[in-house]
Amino acid sequence: MTGLPRWLDIGVLPLVNLALALLAAAVVVVLVGEDPLHVFAVLLQGAFAPGALGYTLYYATNFIFTGLAAALAFQARLFNIGAEGQAMLGGLGIAFVCLSFESVLPGPLVAVIAIAAAALFGAAWAVVPGWLQAYRGSHIVITTIMFNFLASGLMVWLLSGPIMRPGQGSPQTRLFGEGVWLPALHDLARGLGFEAARSPLNLSFLFALLACAAVWVLIWRTKFGYALRAIGHSEEAARYAGIPVRRAVVAAMALSGALAGCMALNEILGVQHKLVLNFSAGYGFTGIAVALMGRNHPLGILAASLLFGALFQGGAELNFEFETITHELALVIQGLVILFSGALAYMFTPWLARLLLSRSAARA
Amino acid sequence: MPEVWIDILAVLDGTARLAAPLILCAMAGLVSERSGIVDIGLEGKLLAGAFAAAAVATLAGSPWAGLAAALAASVMLALVHGFACITHRGEQIVSGVAVNILALGMTVVIANALFRHGGHTPALGAHERFSPMALPLSETLREVPVLGSLHAELISGHNLLVYAAFFSVPLVWWLLWRTRFGLRLRAAGEMPEAVDSAGVSVSALRYRGILIAGLLCGLAGAYLSIAHGAGFVREMSAGKGFLALAALIFGRWKPLPVLFACLLFGLLDTVAPRLQGVDLPLVGPVPVALVSVLPYAMTVVLLAGFFGRAIPPRALGRPFVKEH
Repeated sequence: MTGLPRWLDIGVLPLVNLALALLAAAVVVVLVGEDPLHVFAVLLQGAFAPGALGYTLYYATNFIFTGLAAALAFQARLFNIGAEGQAMLGGLGIAFVCLSFESVLPGPLVAVIAIAAAALFGAAWAVVPGWLQAYRGSHIVITTIMFNFLASGLMVWLLSGPIMRPGQGSPQTRLFGEGVWLPALHDLARGLGFEAARSPLNLSFLFALLACAAVWVLIWRTKFGYALRAIGHSEEAARYAGIPVRRAVVAAMALSGALAGCMALNEILGVQHKLVLNFSAGYGFTGIAVALMGRNHPLGILAASLLFGALFQGGAELNFEFETITHELALVIQGLVILFSGALAYMFTPWLARLLLSRSAARA
Repeated sequence: MPEVWIDILAVLDGTARLAAPLILCAMAGLVSERSGIVDIGLEGKLLAGAFAAAAVATLAGSPWAGLAAALAASVMLALVHGFACITHRGEQIVSGVAVNILALGMTVVIANALFRHGGHTPALGAHERFSPMALPLSETLREVPVLGSLHAELISGHNLLVYAAFFSVPLVWWLLWRTRFGLRLRAAGEMPEAVDSAGVSVSALRYRGILIAGLLCGLAGAYLSIAHGAGFVREMSAGKGFLALAALIFGRWKPLPVLFACLLFGLLDTVAPRLQGVDLPLVGPVPVALVSVLPYAMTVVLLAGFFGRAIPPRALGRPFVKEH
């Protein structure tokens, strides 16, 4: 696509784009009147200090799920902007299962059903825009945006009425029984004889890693993945090659929505243990940044998720260190990353190619 | 005056207030998308405009300075979008997402740095805002049956930017359908190759399109924070940019239908809180949260083509590559 060798395209270009985003963020910091190096040092320290790593990985878990969701759809050139709403529905699925079955079935079994429900509800919320795009020609970007707002309205309605915790005014369900909670990793580690600092990091991090592997296999080792990539290159050509494009589009959206729905495993089943309003907190949009930076590859997404996890966890430290800089700086950096590694991805490609390739050509 | 008439006037008055920013943003989207550039960054430009207006109005003590700042901030984001999508032919959706998130982060970061107030600006005084204006004759004609109260309660007594919003509709219509520039702009969104072979620059046309969109979103932002409201609060655009996008599609990229869509959405927004606790026969209590998402549902249904059909400009979202 870029005409660059693979190592440059995958290895160097994302770093150049990240550097540009950080540089632009540094300009903002200078304008605000702080020292950017100091700010970045605090960010890094906040993200990787002892005891902080668990939090960084906990944020990264969210971003792996939403990043994979965006990337899987991107493979077929579908813009799924609806991860936010799909995650909300995933949370809703978990809540329905836990609230209905936890008193009649054993905890772990309920947890398994809840996980399936998260994926299923997320998938269902994405299938409708996918179907509308494939069979009715309505643009998926617009429909997924609309579905975010529909999901949000649905959540407000359910959480302020039908499934609200009895006898209380705040928009949340009651706490689920302890039996269905996903175990925290520091508890698991203690069980194995290690001592680990307390953090919200839980079993869903391992699920996220499994999801990375599964997506890799799906995209690069199955017929379906091949079909998706073919559609991504040229829908026309894919159709002539006999690929059922419409069905593949709907299936891609279903899987993408399922991955986004699984973000709720971490937040709802792993940390909050109840359904709360707005738990998705924009992580669905961060997934777009993660997928762009990770070049739609599971390994890249893993790396980008760690980076954004560090950014969000380290960003929280900024509030304590500085009077003028708050954790919203992480949002600014996120926006800049999307701009540079997404919209302006190839601004520097010719320049980079000349700089690096002429040198290696001269050597050869 | 009968009770019902007063109620109707109050609802319509509220509709005008809530529809004003939608109208401005939707007209912004209309101009941009008619030129071929998808604009899901309406929300971000609106938010940036709202913040810049309130911040500068506070610092300079004048709403006019605030308005100028809102226009500048929104146009700056529009230029970022243009630089990415027109100059570098980047993905328009991705660029729009970037604009929205940038605005979300930047407004709070700068607000904190300037005012240390949790991402808000200080509350604005009356002289720092656009106040309601009484139109001529609104008091003298008040006693005239029906028309007098209509004039006094509904047409008169809004701030300048509400009138600007309603005026923007005929203006955009005239600009796009009655001028040579408009013809070319629309052609750039339908058949850029034809524009190019006529020797007119598609890029320049599209840049002008997004500049106009930037100005209109800036007006809408100023309306939120220094006319309708009295200061900036974080995330104060609260999805209005996306609602305007829905209205733009619902109105099928045509000024008058888009205006009606904005008014309809504004009306829903006005009556939703009034329906709190109201029991409908058969249905029971009205689920207000669901009423407020009705515009999004209606847009999806329209897009699905089950009634009517929303057909976007043909070259919408397609970067133009000049042939050599």
